Amino acid sequence: MKNILLGNEAVARGAFEYGVTVASAYPGTPSTEITENIKKYENINTEWSPNEKVALEVGIGASIAGARTIVSMKHVGLNVAADALMSISYPGVNAGLLLAVADDPSQHSSQNEQDTRYYGMAAKVPVLEPSDSQECKDFVGHGLKISETFDTPVILRLNTRISHSQSMVELQEKVPYQLKEYDKNPNKYIVAPAVAKKRRVIAEERLRKLEEFAETTELNTVEYKNRDIGIITSGIAYQYSKEVLPDASYLKLGLSYPLPRKKITEFIKNCKIVYVIEELEPIMEEKIKSWGLSVIGKEVIPIIGELNQEIVRASVLRKTIDGVKSELSKEIPVRPPVLCPGCHHRGVFYVLKKLKLHVSGDIGCYTLAAFAPLSAMDTSICMGASIGMAFGFEKARGKEFSKKTVAVIGDSTFIHSGITALIDVVYNQGNTTVIILDNSTTAMTGHQDHPGTGCTIRGEKSHAVDFVALAKAIGIKRIQTVDAHDITELERIVLEETQAEEPSVIITKRPCVLLKNASLIHEPLSITGCKGCKACMKIGCPAISFSSGKAEIKKDLCVGCELCTRICEFDAIKKEA
Amino acid sequence: MNILLAAVGGQGAVLASRILGKMAQNSGLDVKVSEVHGMSQRGGSVVTYVRFGEKIHSPIIEKGTADIILAFEMLEGARYVEWLKPGGTLITSSQRIDPMPVITGTAEYPEDLEERIQALPIHYKVIDALTYAREAGNPKTINVVLIGALASTTDIEEEKWHTAIKESVPDKLADINLKAFKIGFEMSQLTKSNGENDEI
Ligand SMILES: Cc1ncc(C[n+]2csc(CCOP(=O)(O)OP(=O)(O)O)c2C)c(N)n1
Ligand code: SF4
Ligand code: SF4
Repeated sequence: MKNILLGNEAVARGAFEYGVTVASAYPGTPSTEITENIKKYENINTEWSPNEKVALEVGIGASIAGARTIVSMKHVGLNVAADALMSISYPGVNAGLLLAVADDPSQHSSQNEQDTRYYGMAAKVPVLEPSDSQECKDFVGHGLKISETFDTPVILRLNTRISHSQSMVELQEKVPYQLKEYDKNPNKYIVAPAVAKKRRVIAEERLRKLEEFAETTELNTVEYKNRDIGIITSGIAYQYSKEVLPDASYLKLGLSYPLPRKKITEFIKNCKIVYVIEELEPIMEEKIKSWGLSVIGKEVIPIIGELNQEIVRASVLRKTIDGVKSELSKEIPVRPPVLCPGCHHRGVFYVLKKLKLHVSGDIGCYTLAAFAPLSAMDTSICMGASIGMAFGFEKARGKEFSKKTVAVIGDSTFIHSGITALIDVVYNQGNTTVIILDNSTTAMTGHQDHPGTGCTIRGEKSHAVDFVALAKAIGIKRIQTVDAHDITELERIVLEETQAEEPSVIITKRPCVLLKNASLIHEPLSITGCKGCKACMKIGCPAISFSSGKAEIKKDLCVGCELCTRICEFDAIKKEA
Repeated sequence: MNILLAAVGGQGAVLASRILGKMAQNSGLDVKVSEVHGMSQRGGSVVTYVRFGEKIHSPIIEKGTADIILAFEMLEGARYVEWLKPGGTLITSSQRIDPMPVITGTAEYPEDLEERIQALPIHYKVIDALTYAREAGNPKTINVVLIGALASTTDIEEEKWHTAIKESVPDKLADINLKAFKIGFEMSQLTKSNGENDEI
């Protein structure tokens, strides 16, 4: 049976068909739907982990204990899990261990464009690159088999256009797979130098064997047509190239690391000009050139951003398609994402802006408060960084500066990687004030549960991390919890805690308005007797607009959170009569 | 067939593109749908691509090759006009949603938008999708009203659309969505598209 599936859905289907029984992940666009779909398969033990490192460690344990396992994350998640990946490379696996890692060229939802293939090279583990949903499913099977045959973890490299595109997939029956015996084998899995040095040699031999495998595997295909132009490519870049140059010859590398040297050399010999068309870094290109072979790559193909047909056409054929020409698009204002109407983060950042604090921010929906008109965040670097960085501010500029500084971090992000930094603040006697925005969800990636919500991925009730007790145990003495809605009380608390001569934690509580159980969503408000002072425009609520000297509330958008009523000094905003 | 859907995050463009994808699948065609998730959905610009035919390679539409743009908001439609091929069709909701830079006054919503779109060598159709969606019983069905409008410009049988809609929305919302489709389809037939550029 054929069905149209999202790339991520197809990866999940592959996990099901090829006998995966353990799946772990931390959400991150564009990888999230892999695990959200895997959870639908009852026989796969699935979890949202607190972060990617834990996810991979759970995966490694499951593999050694005999279960085929898939661990999913976005590209930057692999930075967090990198220690685990680098360390499991030499020992290898027992049952198949697949890391599904989704890159985000063009940074649709990410802080950088790092190329996951470098991790494959650094860890000396093979990298597979599917080019559509069918291959997403099939490559899960190939990956698990390679993992078991060569005793190695395997990376399945996805990207935004693979993960978030739907295409046709042939569904199959589940292949029977037996749990393997637990591999009790300290000589393999204790990476003390005595063992690890031996495994180092084995890992190198493994890479040689994988290079030989790359020469013969069906994952690497050659299609000879017109030999004037040959194209070496992988993943989504194959689809863009194929559409623009349907009659060229192709070497498509489904296994893009390690490379098949003989196959590539022969292909180049058989074609007049060979282009290497790869998205992001010139990884294949540089390797091929290091063999003394002549190919054209990043001389014409951009290194920054996603590729597409237009880019391939312009780079290789020096042509463009004549479409509708218009100057209009240049004059059209951008439409950046914004906090939802009624979002409780809004009031918090309104207060921080009002108090003119230095705000060491973090990553989540609340990062949107960094942009106009709130403009209430100074830094946002990587998940969990807010607390350590605020402490760094204090180390550089002293306690008085620290009294004008707060670290702001979401609940999911705090659990992901904020806790250890808070320990640092206490241990090394800082003053830092930390605000935890507890909206009971991982909102930014589409509302996943996390260890603080008291609910597992399947909706079973579980223990919810108690942030107050946790902060206490770390050694924080000043802890206050406040309704994110009550900005007057919040302002008082923030003033009090930033002035304190010791570290403090403020927890703002209110479920995200988009959650089904959110208590909010009241009648929309309306404005009568507006004096045109524009005070309400400072909070950046998309439901409020301003025209011909007056503010106005759009009924369709307003959720009645009443934040604006607390800001209007003329009492002009009220419930509709 | 290349259809580009341009919308504001939260307007239901992803569901609309899935309905189009299902319809193509049910017609036995090769199909690819490219969606966006994540950051861009918080009220930002959203663009999705639906492509179907004999064999589709890329999931995204190349500039200058879209047959139809289905715009959920006029500004968003205008943003992508260069993706249309000459003589292509822009179907847009008449809804106006100001982006944050316009709300805060750092940018302007081009007032002559409609006239300038009409001056382009394309077919153009405006439909008050929000009002019709309310008529259908739920303002959220603007996506399906617009699909109805799009359907009326093609010769694909109505039944195929109905099936795709039923397969894509929860059972309890099927009736309201079918109603939205019908209104979109009928109202669009009554709305004349601008004729003057028809020869292109
Ligand atoms: C290492 C890493 N993993 C995952 C992500 C994707 N991501 C960005 S923010 C975020 C969590 C946001 O949740 P929370 O901190 O609770 O804030 P909210 O969005 O709910 O306001 C995630 C998963 C990332 N940027 N980096
Ligand atoms: S999804 Fe929730 S947390 Fe994110 S901006 Fe909207 S209301 Fe705020
Ligand atoms: S208009 Fe006021 S009450 Fe309505 S959502 Fe915006 S801030 Fe809340």
